[in-house]
Amino acid sequence: MATSTNSKARLATVWLGGCAGCHMSLLDLDERIVDLLALVDLVYSPVADIKKFPEGVDVTLVEGACCNSDNIHMAREIRLKSKQVVSFGDCAITGNVPGMRNRLKVENILSEVYADGPGPAPPAQGGLPVLLAKVLPLHQVIPVDVYLPGCPPSPERIWLAVTAMLKGEPVELPAEMRTLG
Amino acid sequence: MANLAGGPTAGTVKGEQSVMNVMNRQELLEMAQSELDRQNTFRCRLLICASTPCISSGALAVEDAMRKAVEAEGLQTEIEMVGTGCLGPCSRGPLVTVQVQEEPDVIYERVTVELAPQILAKHLKGASVPELDARMLSYDWPFFAKQKKLVLSESSTLNPERIESYVARGGYMALGQVLREMTPEEVCAEVAKSGLRGRGGAGFPTGLKWDMVRKAPGERKYVVANGDEGDPGAYMDRTLMESDPQRVLEGMAIAGFAVGAEQGFIYVRGEYPLAAKRLEKAIRQAERRGLLGSRILDSKFNFRIDIRMGAGAFVCGEETALMQSIMGRRGQPVPRPPYPANRGLWGGPTLINNVETFGNIICIILKGADYYASFGTDKSKGAKIFALAGKVNNTGLIEVPIGITLREIVYEIGGGIRDCRPFKAAQTGGPSGGCIPAEHLDAQMDYETLQKLGSIMGSGGLIVMDDQSCMPDVARFFMEFCMDESCGKCGPCRGGTVQMHRILSKITNGSAIMEDLDTLEDLCLLVKETSLCGLGNTCPNPVYSTLRYFREEYESHIKDHYCPAGVCQFTEKPLRSA
Amino acid sequence: MSVVTLTIDDKLVSAPANTSLLSSIQEQGIDIPTLCHLKGLSERGGCRLCVVEMEGNPRLFASCVTPVAEGMVVRTNTAKLLKYRQMMIELLMAQRNHVCAVCVQNGHCELQTLAAKLGVTSVRYDYMCPDLPMDASHERYVIDHNRCILCARCIRVCDEVEGAHTLDMGGRGVQSRVIAGMNQPWGTSRSCTGCGKCVQVCPTGALFKKGSSAAEMVKQHDFLTWILDGREKKIWHWR
Repeated sequence: MATSTNSKARLATVWLGGCAGCHMSLLDLDERIVDLLALVDLVYSPVADIKKFPEGVDVTLVEGACCNSDNIHMAREIRLKSKQVVSFGDCAITGNVPGMRNRLKVENILSEVYADGPGPAPPAQGGLPVLLAKVLPLHQVIPVDVYLPGCPPSPERIWLAVTAMLKGEPVELPAEMRTLG
Repeated sequence: MANLAGGPTAGTVKGEQSVMNVMNRQELLEMAQSELDRQNTFRCRLLICASTPCISSGALAVEDAMRKAVEAEGLQTEIEMVGTGCLGPCSRGPLVTVQVQEEPDVIYERVTVELAPQILAKHLKGASVPELDARMLSYDWPFFAKQKKLVLSESSTLNPERIESYVARGGYMALGQVLREMTPEEVCAEVAKSGLRGRGGAGFPTGLKWDMVRKAPGERKYVVANGDEGDPGAYMDRTLMESDPQRVLEGMAIAGFAVGAEQGFIYVRGEYPLAAKRLEKAIRQAERRGLLGSRILDSKFNFRIDIRMGAGAFVCGEETALMQSIMGRRGQPVPRPPYPANRGLWGGPTLINNVETFGNIICIILKGADYYASFGTDKSKGAKIFALAGKVNNTGLIEVPIGITLREIVYEIGGGIRDCRPFKAAQTGGPSGGCIPAEHLDAQMDYETLQKLGSIMGSGGLIVMDDQSCMPDVARFFMEFCMDESCGKCGPCRGGTVQMHRILSKITNGSAIMEDLDTLEDLCLLVKETSLCGLGNTCPNPVYSTLRYFREEYESHIKDHYCPAGVCQFTEKPLRSA
Repeated sequence: MSVVTLTIDDKLVSAPANTSLLSSIQEQGIDIPTLCHLKGLSERGGCRLCVVEMEGNPRLFASCVTPVAEGMVVRTNTAKLLKYRQMMIELLMAQRNHVCAVCVQNGHCELQTLAAKLGVTSVRYDYMCPDLPMDASHERYVIDHNRCILCARCIRVCDEVEGAHTLDMGGRGVQSRVIAGMNQPWGTSRSCTGCGKCVQVCPTGALFKKGSSAAEMVKQHDFLTWILDGREKKIWHWR
């Protein structure tokens, strides 16, 4: 894979609307984390303290669904700055658990959660991202290159997919490793 | 001179009771003659179209006004008022035909309550009524002159509620001839020779179907007439059932004889109460005279017909779903084979034809297969009824020889596009059909040509559109219809129609991207090729054909948020750019 | 019994006349996807996943409801068929709220397994997210309409094997729903014998035993062969 100056691929991981379980699973690579870090520079991640999504990323793993305006904004930025985008786990792929609110009206959810019961939603305060009417899978917001299903995807799936991508190979998971759920 | 009805206007019940239950050919002829004699006792006959379109534009009030005028003048014995079947130019109703002895018939359009008495004044007293003269429709008018009425030949002069009226015009002569002179094989052969093809839309050769049911082994066989017409804008079957119900019954009885069935069902769309009422009356009158029931016309042939009403599901027009519905089950299609001809109602071989198909049989038997086959094209014979609607000057019901060009229908019969706007497309076959663009205006209206153009003959809906119609929006309209009417049994149709509708909505509201067009096309193919029944197999046609001829219109909606017809409001934005 | 010969994926095979094409295909060991089909129940021809290409015919045929015929030449696994099957699975997944992660049948679900097998890792269509109820009024079982794919196995087994015909289909199109009795809470249906056959034949987590939590529901289909073999062939051992 074409890489940046120090010949290591630039990997980013992003946490949108999800439970961080996919990132936990990533960390569950255990000692293979070391092997992975030998192959890549982790240029952006919730586990690293980097404030701004950098330019020229080779692979970005996106965990979570798009639930609010900030998620949409972030997704678009990722797409602009990444060569390959991976829908990392079920939430990014289907909406999954965050998407279970999609059958309900967003105003009702807000008032149910933050006020007391059905009624008008509390007024939005300046600067807070706006909840979307429907939680969206990532590929409905930006084009996605690779889907890595699972809730969470097992470390084996992650390892297979990421190493294949780093070698510039197509990601071909066996049937039992591409189940949703 | 026997007056069967006992009086000029009322009293049919008395007449009915005086007739014996079994009738032979001689008595049938006598009945015809006495009805003709009765009609001839009137100096003048006022025929008021009593079909649903004319009724909805006020025919009943006009009839009432006329009746009062007749009574006021004391002319009840000189003038007969008849509620008839459909004349055709439905948008010009109420329509009144005046028949004065020794004078040519005159038709008036848009007759009002105020004008009704004036008709009497004009025709009986020679008064000059310029307002009426302006409303005269000439028989030379292309709307009438270009038609060839084989099925609706009598509908404009018949009283659909009196069997005598039908018999006087040769009714039940075909059945009599078949019972007396022909074998079932010969009937099937004659129908096959005529080249008649199913008028429900698919165009299967009728004679072949009859012969298949005739040959199919089975103790009990059935004949079913499909009157569950559901296409938006189409009302051919309704009109036939309302205007000339006996013709359908006679056609079914002939079919029953040909295939060896003793029971027929006529399945009437639930939204057609008038058709059902007239059919019910027709069946009762025919049974009372031994023209249906046991030992018909003194032969050994028995045939009963019962009515089954639909309950509003479009899919029940599909033959397997229709039969499920007749049997009292959920109206959903079942996979074929077995085909109805082998195993239909209650496992028995079943002949199922459209009511219009049955309507063609009388002409074939009485005038001969060769006469019938002299109309139409090589592969499609006879005439076809279309419900001409949309942006033409003359809308209504027309029966034209198959093979007539679309241009003749639009510009001669239809009188051209309203407000002299350009013709854009004609949609045939309703939600199962497609659009024919202007470059194919000279296409012949026959089964093969229409199919080649990506549309279908269908049951006969014909909607003409001008440049103010937006094709993606038209496609969306039909897809919404199919989505609502999909029965839900098979996955591709159930889910596919919803998703196709969603994409079409996105295209028309501005939130689609070009990729959606590929998804849409893929769905069209999926639903067309993998659905269980005809509804699914054909419902992508409106989308597919508009994509074929008006792709640039779709693209301008998506890429430029521009609707050439000015119909679509682009209120949304796409979420994704590419 | 007469026998016909036909060609399945370039292989000449013979099959008893009047049997379904699907059974011939399966006999060849070909793994053809099905959802509404279940051995022991009447064929519905609804899911259309088992469609095959037939030489000399532009149409596709659902093999479960197509009888074998002499000289038939069929293909069961072309690129077009795979694409269509993927689309059908995606349409099903978009129709209701299939959230595998929290489903009682996660890991044992036929829809989930088929999706993975056919390579469906995402759904290209918009999710419809219908607001559907769950009926837990029955003392032992629950029906969750969010996970139902309308295969009607439950309806058929209830009618054909148990003979109760408690379940049927209500509504139409995408609004169709499995209903109990006269569209009443399942628990109030007097015809339901509580036999649980419907639960066992359900391919997804739409029908499950009360008290099952995520991924705990595993279903057994072999009871069906056992009952039917006993009834029809007097064979009374598990096969």
